[in-house]
Amino acid sequence: MTQLAFQIGDCGGLRLEIAGTRAVLRHSGALWLEAERTMVVADLHFEKGSSYAARFGQMLPPYDTRETLDRLERELAALSPATLVFLGDSFHDGAGEDRLPEDDRMRIAALALGRRLVWAVGNHDEDGPRTLPGDVVDEAQLAGLTFRHEPLRGAQPGEVAGHLHPAAKVTSGRATVRRRCFVTDGARLVLPAFGAFTGGLNILDPAFAPLFGGPALAAALGPRRVHAVGWKSLRPD
Amino acid sequence: MLAATALPPRFEQWFAARGWAPRPHQLAMVEKGRQGRDALLIAPTGGGKTLAGFLPSLIELSERAPRNTPAGVHTLYISPLKALAVDIERNLATPIREMGLNIVAESRTGDTGEARKQRQRLRPPDILLTTPEQLALFCAWEGAREYFADLSCVIIDEAHAIWPSKRGDLLSLGLARLQRFAPNMRRVGLSATVDDPDLVRRWLGVNLPDPPPLGKVSRSDGGGSEADLQQAPSGPSGHLPQEGRISHSVDLVLGQGGAQPIVEVLVSGGRVPWAGHTAEHAMAEIYEIIKGARTALVFVNTRFQAEFAFQELWKLNDDGLAIALHHGSLAAEQRRKVEAAMARGEIRAVVCTSTLDMGIDWGDVDLVIQLAAPKGASRMVQRIGRANHRLDEPSRAILAPANRFEFLECRAAADAILGGHLDGEPARIGALDVLAQHIMGCACSEPFAPTELYDEVRAAGPYADLSWEDFETVVDFVSTGGYALRTYDKFRRIVPGQDGLWRARNAQAVLAHRMNVGAIVSPAMINVRIGGGKRPMGGRKVGEAEEGFFEAMTPGDTFVFAGQVWRFNSLVGADAFVTPAPDKDPKMPSWGGSKFPLSTYLAGRVRAMMHDEREWPALPPDVQEWLNYQKVRSIIPDQDEMLLETFPHGKRFHLVCYPFEGRLAHTTLAMLLTRRLDRLGVGPLGFVANDYAVAIWSLKPMDQLDLDELFAQDMLGDDLEAWLDESFLMKRAFKACALISGLIERRHPGMEKSGRQVTFSTDLIYDVLRRHQPDHLLLRCARADAATGSLDVARLGDMLARIGGGRIRHAPLDHVSPFAVPIMLEIGRERAPGDAAGEMVLAEAEEDLIAEAMA
Repeated sequence: MTQLAFQIGDCGGLRLEIAGTRAVLRHSGALWLEAERTMVVADLHFEKGSSYAARFGQMLPPYDTRETLDRLERELAALSPATLVFLGDSFHDGAGEDRLPEDDRMRIAALALGRRLVWAVGNHDEDGPRTLPGDVVDEAQLAGLTFRHEPLRGAQPGEVAGHLHPAAKVTSGRATVRRRCFVTDGARLVLPAFGAFTGGLNILDPAFAPLFGGPALAAALGPRRVHAVGWKSLRPD
Repeated sequence: MLAATALPPRFEQWFAARGWAPRPHQLAMVEKGRQGRDALLIAPTGGGKTLAGFLPSLIELSERAPRNTPAGVHTLYISPLKALAVDIERNLATPIREMGLNIVAESRTGDTGEARKQRQRLRPPDILLTTPEQLALFCAWEGAREYFADLSCVIIDEAHAIWPSKRGDLLSLGLARLQRFAPNMRRVGLSATVDDPDLVRRWLGVNLPDPPPLGKVSRSDGGGSEADLQQAPSGPSGHLPQEGRISHSVDLVLGQGGAQPIVEVLVSGGRVPWAGHTAEHAMAEIYEIIKGARTALVFVNTRFQAEFAFQELWKLNDDGLAIALHHGSLAAEQRRKVEAAMARGEIRAVVCTSTLDMGIDWGDVDLVIQLAAPKGASRMVQRIGRANHRLDEPSRAILAPANRFEFLECRAAADAILGGHLDGEPARIGALDVLAQHIMGCACSEPFAPTELYDEVRAAGPYADLSWEDFETVVDFVSTGGYALRTYDKFRRIVPGQDGLWRARNAQAVLAHRMNVGAIVSPAMINVRIGGGKRPMGGRKVGEAEEGFFEAMTPGDTFVFAGQVWRFNSLVGADAFVTPAPDKDPKMPSWGGSKFPLSTYLAGRVRAMMHDEREWPALPPDVQEWLNYQKVRSIIPDQDEMLLETFPHGKRFHLVCYPFEGRLAHTTLAMLLTRRLDRLGVGPLGFVANDYAVAIWSLKPMDQLDLDELFAQDMLGDDLEAWLDESFLMKRAFKACALISGLIERRHPGMEKSGRQVTFSTDLIYDVLRRHQPDHLLLRCARADAATGSLDVARLGDMLARIGGGRIRHAPLDHVSPFAVPIMLEIGRERAPGDAAGEMVLAEAEEDLIAEAMA
């Protein structure tokens, strides 16, 4: 089994190396590459609430976009990145951009002030945003890492992806917690979904099996810090 | 006998041929039918109650003139249990056949086949037997108005079991709807004994504004031969309600009481244990008692207790008696087997939970045993009623207390039953999430005018005081979700037309509603299947357990389920795989006490009994000794006082108080006290609450605190709000409200993503809504539900008022008191939930990882 070296930093983030690049896994669910001043978030699913209303007539609260923006702006204020990378599925559907309330649209546009935005496209938003600032790409290379939405099967050293919405379920005694998490084997990394209405897929699900050769490390998000969780502590749903 | 109510000859002859005479309450119900009056029949089990409900309809149908057009449904019968509806269908067939009546009676439940349902829609039966959920579906039918235009009578069976619940709210809204379709429809309620019949009458009836005062009804005693009848004069209609005074249309008919039951409290081997919930000490004697009975029902309060008692009895069962098990988690097929064997008289005892509290007649039961305290006198009366369905013979019941407080409680319950005192229920205020579901259903059926629907809804008892503002808020919620951010106005589920009428937006909205009807929200269930190995295949299903039952288990753990010991192998999706482990000692599940809180009435009796030393000599010696020790070493409080003890124990300081208000109210109290103690710098470390007491332990002593200040009533203000919003109870309540109101669907479109489940939990919705619109309708609903259901806030408030003004009796002690022993023994079995605990779990997992890396 690979021995992973990691440590918990001052801000509750988990420091480690992904394919030789130094990285911090933040308890917000964002990835921070300090040397490049680059922040990465995955699966925001903006306007997921209104998507249910439009498609199914199901009136979920319309506040998910502003909730996600609140979180995002807090991280930007803390880190002041020069580059912000979205790992795809930034909108829940292609028409989501058109349903944005005006004040939310302006807040998203303002994210680009003083920094570069990179929108990798995902399966929910294949064309990427049309009217918002930033570059729309299929995938991006930076600091020896490859950023794309959906992880490719087999060994992909240096790949940073989203799409799977990883979540870890941990049991001890009589209590059980289920949290969003990062998953990494030191060679590649899958980010948790950042959006307010995004659920999680248990990392014991077969969907994760083709990505990691052996047991990987789950970094579960807590309210104040990230918790490294060993494979043996994980439980299926 | 009342001459005016004589039965038609055909019916007279049928009774005579069976060797029966019609009972007074049966004739009274016939008379009510002839007068076209609504009626509530309250009668003990075994008095021909169901027949009394149907007789007026059978007579009316037998006398109807032949007609050319096919008739609609004449009588709609509604039962809380599917199985009961099917059972009554079978029972009705006998008189219909033997009297040669040309009447079709058919059941329709969720289990009825599509073909039969289609046929029933085209050719309605004369009598349709169904459930509240089916009625909600009828209300959402297109053409419901025509289908029920000929409806003459609705019969609600087991009304006492339905009315004080969300199902009851939904049913009463359905009745109000039917009344609009068929203005001459009569309402008939059938109920077991209840403490306050007026509450059930108000729920059952059409609510009329501005009532004339009601006369008082008197109860016939055990030997009385004539039913007491009471007629509420019909009030004027069409007025606005005045000062919330609401009347109803329902006459009361009381059946004669049966013979006085014989109730004993069992003191096994002359002793009552200090603590515990299982009555393990009494098993051997209970086994002997079962041997002496023909058929016994052994009632317990939780599924865990059922499994435990069943195991213990079989360990003793050298005679190989047929002892069976019946509870809600067993596979339906297995329960049916037990029920059938019961009906055939092949079973000597059934260990059961509240699943057998009501309904179908189980044959020749001659003894009811209650293991551990019944927690309420009404429930116990209901359970005793399961024994001996012949009125002239007394039912026999034995209460087996599991600890000393429970002994007092059992004694109080036995006295209450003999004295005819029952637990009171508070009046019911209709839930707004249920109203939302009903409004959507109405829109699916036909366009509605809001003002008319508002009047219709207020005719339903639980909604009599509904304000127009709340009604409008609910309509807006149904239409757009009711958000301050008006982004969904273009996606409305119901839309107003040019004519001012509201209708469902489209067929999709109608379909979605029909898939989600009902007010029962049960926790997600895991199938328990036999299977092992790495990739288990779907083996035989043993039963179902709540989600969470297996969460704390690791493969290899053993547990008791369905009366056997099993090894837990794996959890795959919604299936838990297990293999039999008959030789293993099961790793015991932790017993919660009772899931029912102690009733206010019984709690009052227990306090009185404890306080009154003259009652002590009648108690078993060890209970007497316990009370005497308490008197010497601590205090026996006055009846209107609350005892509070403080003492050091081990390395900690303890505070134990004894409000006797039930586990729910106590847990809430403990949560709030802990917050206050934390603010006072006492460093509370944990708490445990049971039906009688609360214990809190801390780093620093608590005997110098200002207790009146600590228990001041304002803890139910901001402290409660602040705690509640973070609480998992609120999240659970919110989920139920979101399901019932239609905000989220039972079958969530888009949830199944290419075969794997992405869990999109209502917790996320709750968190976002709470931050952005804390006054949203569903949060209001959830707070109200949590406050009544899970927290018993009202009861806690009454208690704080009772002990306010210096009625806390403080006993500063230097050691544990006799009263404190039972709850001290429970410490360590509970764990306070919360964020901190969650972090601890993760921290432990981290240690686990370090160990893994060092290996």
